[in-house]
Amino acid sequence: MNLFKLVWIELWNKKTQLISSLMAIVIGIGVIVGIRTINVYSEKAVAVKLDNLGANILVLPQAASIDDYYTSDIDAPTIPMEYVEKILTSEIQGVDNLSPKLTRRIEIGGKKYVLTGIQPKNEMASKPLWQNTGFGKELQASCAPTTEANTSHGYEDEKLKRKGVDSLDYSECLLGTQAAKSLHLKVKDKLKIQGTELTVAKLLDETGTVDDDRIFVNLKAAQEILGIKDQISAIEIMGCCNAISDGLLGKLRNILPDTRITTIGQIVSTQIETNKMMKKTSIIFLIIILFVGSISIGNYMWANVNERKKEIGILRMIGCYKSEIYKILLLKACILGLIGGILGYALGTFAAYYMGPVFAQIEVAAIPLFLVWAVLISIGISITGSLLPAYFAARFEPFSNMQEE
Amino acid sequence: MNILHTENLSKIYHHKDGLVNALKNISLTAEKGSFVTITGPSGSGKTTLLLTLAGLIRPSSGSFSLMGKNLSCVSDSELALFRRENVGFIMQSFALIPYLTAIQNVKLPLALIKMNKAIQQSKAVEVLKTVGMGERMNHLPRELSAGQQQRVAIARALVNAPSIIFADEPTGNLDPKLSVEILDFLKAINQKNNITIVMVTHSPVAADYGNVRIHLDNGEINTMTNKN
Repeated sequence: MNLFKLVWIELWNKKTQLISSLMAIVIGIGVIVGIRTINVYSEKAVAVKLDNLGANILVLPQAASIDDYYTSDIDAPTIPMEYVEKILTSEIQGVDNLSPKLTRRIEIGGKKYVLTGIQPKNEMASKPLWQNTGFGKELQASCAPTTEANTSHGYEDEKLKRKGVDSLDYSECLLGTQAAKSLHLKVKDKLKIQGTELTVAKLLDETGTVDDDRIFVNLKAAQEILGIKDQISAIEIMGCCNAISDGLLGKLRNILPDTRITTIGQIVSTQIETNKMMKKTSIIFLIIILFVGSISIGNYMWANVNERKKEIGILRMIGCYKSEIYKILLLKACILGLIGGILGYALGTFAAYYMGPVFAQIEVAAIPLFLVWAVLISIGISITGSLLPAYFAARFEPFSNMQEE
Repeated sequence: MNILHTENLSKIYHHKDGLVNALKNISLTAEKGSFVTITGPSGSGKTTLLLTLAGLIRPSSGSFSLMGKNLSCVSDSELALFRRENVGFIMQSFALIPYLTAIQNVKLPLALIKMNKAIQQSKAVEVLKTVGMGERMNHLPRELSAGQQQRVAIARALVNAPSIIFADEPTGNLDPKLSVEILDFLKAINQKNNITIVMVTHSPVAADYGNVRIHLDNGEINTMTNKN
């Protein structure tokens, strides 16, 4: 026999009371765990969607429009190449890949094409649609796994592994599908652009985008051909979705004030907002459960203490210290919290597993780390709710029915 | 050797109807191995005196000592420690924890002094056998008769080998035959183990078991006789 056994026997003996007192805490913890579990997987789904879009942030000259970017207007303004260095040296977190480019429309044989200067290596990492072209080494993009939430749950996304262009020599070019067809060129053929002769290094797979009409050359070669030295049209950035939601755009605007910085894809921003809302909802639930759970456990403890006045008196009579009475009740609170936390985690995970696909269109699995949090929060709630009843119980004087003067 | 000594012990309760002088200047002495019985009409202060002597409630004035230790002004913790090490209790309502079996109830005082579990077990079994409850050790109080519950309470009072046992109407809930059995048992342990017993009772028959008899009236000692 010891204090723990005494508490355990009492709890076990009053199972109905135990279950009813645990209901509020189990449901509360379950709701929080459920929302947070769906939230975590939703964040990862957004990260993957962002990555599938390739570059998700555009840095354009202040005077340029999005149309300029897509139409590659010949008179579109440019920004200095040094802006790339500014971003790289700024230590801003969440910038996974920078892809500066210079784009202009050119004419070859009476037909119009888009000449795009790119920096090897950086470019392919931001072009998921190019992944089947078969060249280059794998680049490890770090977008999704920048936070603990995205790294700890075995979330596999092969698309996070990008291939970079090993090299694109000054004298080489890559041709989009339509451009290659129109120019009747194949690999190793020669192409002359404004007096500069280039070798076709690779034909890109069809992407269904403006890239199919492009001729890609080394950025420096493009600057030379177009006579725009050290200038670029845009910087495409692969930004981590979590970093975007944490204000990455603002940070970029701070270091490049005379540029226009925008995100690509309303869907992504909508999902980021949804994730933010879910996060806020889970925090609101956490606050509610802290109150409701504490009151519920406190109420149970208060009733239990009143019901057990005689037993507490017996314990005091045979020599139990006040501190031991306090310990007994707090130990009971810990056990309630532990059971509540485990059951709440199980309930929340179970609910998330079934509701994730329905409400967020994502597959959800258990997150073991949340078990630790659920138990800690639950124990914290139980102890908080029990402090006052335990304090008063410890002060009970055995056999005192009248107040001493 | 005096095991119990009080001087001008008084206890005043504050009640909604005014002050209640439950004990008035009680001075008494009892030697080790005494069987003290306290009698008196209802409201005469018998139980208040017993609980004060046992260190369960504090006197309003005066002093008292048990086993030579003045307990009038010690802290709650010191009183609790003194009780767990030296005192046993037997109450009219048995004062057993309802969800603990007989043997678990008996082990409680040993658990408080953090005795080894194996020793707890052997001591509890031994004392339960002594009070004739060897066959009912794993029964809950509600599964036992009143007499059996009181035996368990006696076993709990004895298990930590106390120097003094305080008993508040220990036969109050028992029929006459069982009462005699319990009183005979208390007398036996009083004589055999030299344990001092202080017992409150309404019953003249029970009072006759005492060698020191105190009769209280209105919070004061009306008569005190010593058979020795």
